[in-house]
Amino acid sequence: MENNEIQNDLASIRNLMERSSKFISLSGLSGVLAGVYALVGAALAYNLLYKGDWRIYIIPTESGFSLFNNSIVVQLLLIAAVVLVLSVGTGVYLSYKKAKRNGQPLLGRVSRELLFNMNVPLLAGGGLMLILLYRGYFGIIAPASLIFYGLALIGASNFTFTDVKFLGLCEVILGLLAACFPGYGLVFWALGFGVLHIVYGSVMYFKYDR
Amino acid sequence: MKVPFDKLDKAFENRVRLQIMSVLVANQRYDFNSLKELLDVTDGNLASHLKALEKEEYILVNKSFLGRKPNTNYEATAAGKQAFKNHLDALEKLISFQQNIK
Repeated sequence: MENNEIQNDLASIRNLMERSSKFISLSGLSGVLAGVYALVGAALAYNLLYKGDWRIYIIPTESGFSLFNNSIVVQLLLIAAVVLVLSVGTGVYLSYKKAKRNGQPLLGRVSRELLFNMNVPLLAGGGLMLILLYRGYFGIIAPASLIFYGLALIGASNFTFTDVKFLGLCEVILGLLAACFPGYGLVFWALGFGVLHIVYGSVMYFKYDR
Repeated sequence: MKVPFDKLDKAFENRVRLQIMSVLVANQRYDFNSLKELLDVTDGNLASHLKALEKEEYILVNKSFLGRKPNTNYEATAAGKQAFKNHLDALEKLISFQQNIK
């Protein structure tokens, strides 16, 4: 057996062990872009909320008040939805391109596992937030979204780069801090979904994408 | 100095078998179709190598149905994992042996 042949065997073992158990096609660049979208969205929301002396915590709740008739809440939800769709879209598209390059299917066994582990905490958190939002607990949005997103990332990190775990931990810590400082939700939200994503995305980009 | 060739496992002489084993060591279980996609081999080729590993009792076969589609899962046995580890150790020794005689 030639030395070269052994090296090839070992390289193929290493590669397969990684490719069979981890989705290594997550794109770092899409993390950066998601962060940028989040910051733009946060800026728009800030303009909407803090024009004059308006605070989200004093949204009038007179009788007959209905959450989805309130134009500010509707506009905020619209901004959030656009940011979400753009981020997920960019992530899927760029990961698709990277998966093609890696010879890994975009919707294979590993990525299905990843999506499942990510979506359980995400949907549970999303459901809880909608219920609390409907009851008027607006202050819950920033901390809960950060905490549940962080938990989703930690769950997903077993099936992709371990760096995702650290991003998840940072999001959870930031979420708890956001709960300690009511009134600064938007600031923490922009830090967690904007700044952290940009930092993490650039680290991933330089580490794995090039 | 003794050349440690005899420590290499005959069952892993074939590249595909070695690859199957590395996937099954890294994952609790793996199904036939995902394995085929990952290794980029034909049905018949993969099936014959899986059969060989099964004969050595290095892997366990688990047949079930997902709806009406047959779904065959494979997992590594304790003996298979040990054999894989021994094989890797032997490869490592071979490399250091060859580096020594250079």
